[in-house]
Amino acid sequence: MEIAKNLEEFQAKIDAEIKIEPKDWMPEEYRQHLIRQMSQHAHSEVIGMQPEGNWITRSPSLRARKILMAKVQDEGGHGLYLYCATETLGVSREQLIKWLHEGKAKYASVFNYPSPTWADMGAIGWLVDGAAIVNQVSLQRTSYGPYSRAMVRICKEESFHQRQGYEVMASLMEGTAEQKKMAQEAFERWWWPSLMMFGPHDGDSPRSSNAMKWKIKRETNDDLRQQFIDKTIPQAELIGLKVPDANYKLLENGSYETSDIDWDEFWNVIKGNGPCNTQRIKHHAAAHDNGQWVREAAIAYNEKKEQNLKSA
Amino acid sequence: MESNLYKFCLRLADTSFILSYRLGEYVSHGPFLEEDLSITNVGLDLIGQAESLFKYAAEIKGGGTTDDDIAYKREESEYLNFHLVEYPNEDFAFITVRQFFMDVYNYHLFTGLMNSSDPTIAAVAAKSIKEVNYHLKRSRKWMLRLGDGTEVSHNKIQYAVNELWKYTDELFDMDDVHKSLVEEGVAIDLKEVQEKWLKDVEDALTEATVAKPDHVKHSLVYGKNGGHTDFMGYILTELQYLTNRYPDATW
Repeated sequence: MEIAKNLEEFQAKIDAEIKIEPKDWMPEEYRQHLIRQMSQHAHSEVIGMQPEGNWITRSPSLRARKILMAKVQDEGGHGLYLYCATETLGVSREQLIKWLHEGKAKYASVFNYPSPTWADMGAIGWLVDGAAIVNQVSLQRTSYGPYSRAMVRICKEESFHQRQGYEVMASLMEGTAEQKKMAQEAFERWWWPSLMMFGPHDGDSPRSSNAMKWKIKRETNDDLRQQFIDKTIPQAELIGLKVPDANYKLLENGSYETSDIDWDEFWNVIKGNGPCNTQRIKHHAAAHDNGQWVREAAIAYNEKKEQNLKSA
Repeated sequence: MESNLYKFCLRLADTSFILSYRLGEYVSHGPFLEEDLSITNVGLDLIGQAESLFKYAAEIKGGGTTDDDIAYKREESEYLNFHLVEYPNEDFAFITVRQFFMDVYNYHLFTGLMNSSDPTIAAVAAKSIKEVNYHLKRSRKWMLRLGDGTEVSHNKIQYAVNELWKYTDELFDMDDVHKSLVEEGVAIDLKEVQEKWLKDVEDALTEATVAKPDHVKHSLVYGKNGGHTDFMGYILTELQYLTNRYPDATW
């Protein structure tokens, strides 16, 4: 009886666009869904530091170096907000990281692709951050208060990243023949993985229905993907990049029709067989393990200081 | 013939630049996320400092030279940074000690240079000192945490202090280039900086229960005179990769 009443009140709040806050009653399934989605989001930000961190030392100008380093730092900052927001659901960051290392938690599959050239720094900012924004703008209206507020902050920074990435691509396209080739190839590498970021077709998305009912998710995967495609193709054409899809065309309604994604590749990378899955987790786990003695020292030092205060 | 002022700018700029390179290399390898962000902040401040000084060096050099030309397109022997900042990120203890030694140094150096007779140097010092204040607070705190934390951290920080100590000689070396700039009021007496540096470092080491190493004279040609450790070649290989591979491109 009690649960049914709670559930009714919960849904009424959702329907009235009132945010759910950490101390409010929520169905266990809602809480679990959020822990999974938000921690996956946090891990994505943090793992996402790697493909771009890969080029910090090789950045070709002082300006490019500052921008890239600040950008990777921003991603880490987003990870931090999101871990904190996830912790409001009663799970510790330590636990979330443990699940990541054990393979029980996921992160965006797009970061399992390598970044072999400087142009990948442009393509990632423009396409990967660009796709993330479409998703995150929608998530600003998500029903869980802490998640929604984190998204508002994150969106402001992501739109900078997207413009900075596009600027890198645009300047490469105005450069030497080698730079143009580098930009085109990076575009081809990241186009399909960025479309995959929106997830499977709505019919194949196992958890969509409750997420929509509870307004964790506000728009469907396919709708969000289409928004991204419609926004990005004209940007590519403007700077002379060729969309790597022989069948794409502009429809009368101003939207673009594109070929279907290679879903075998999508599922294969999710299952852990992407080019960098192992490398990404190894890197993260090594940093975490190498930091163990540092974290222990900081705790021991604080305990000593507190002890001294008490005995003083 | 390059002017003394040009060389002085490069010594400062290259030291900040190469240290920021090392910190940039550490991004996503931090012991926890907050620390990763904080080290990156320090690295970003250092690039900013280097950039202002490279711009000034480019102005002195003239002939259309840009800050990027100077930052990216020199021979190894033309880089004039201290050996200390070339030292690799061996572990968090080395990163902390390297940073702490440089932060104490920069704190006293930039405090003095705020009164430089050269208005550009004075302005860069005034801007940098605010950042260095924060860098020093941070690295000093880590010296204490690691020194007076666990046995493991204590041993690691003591080892890093011992290993890096020999590289600190160079920070206070007063050659003719520097002496003549001191006479002009552009630079400051590094022996005075050394006294202050030693006092602050000794205070922190004592508080951190870390022993001060015996002095060992450094045996290489100083970085500030264009001599480098074996580490430098690898730094420049990465740093200059794109500008070497595509010399005609702009980025």
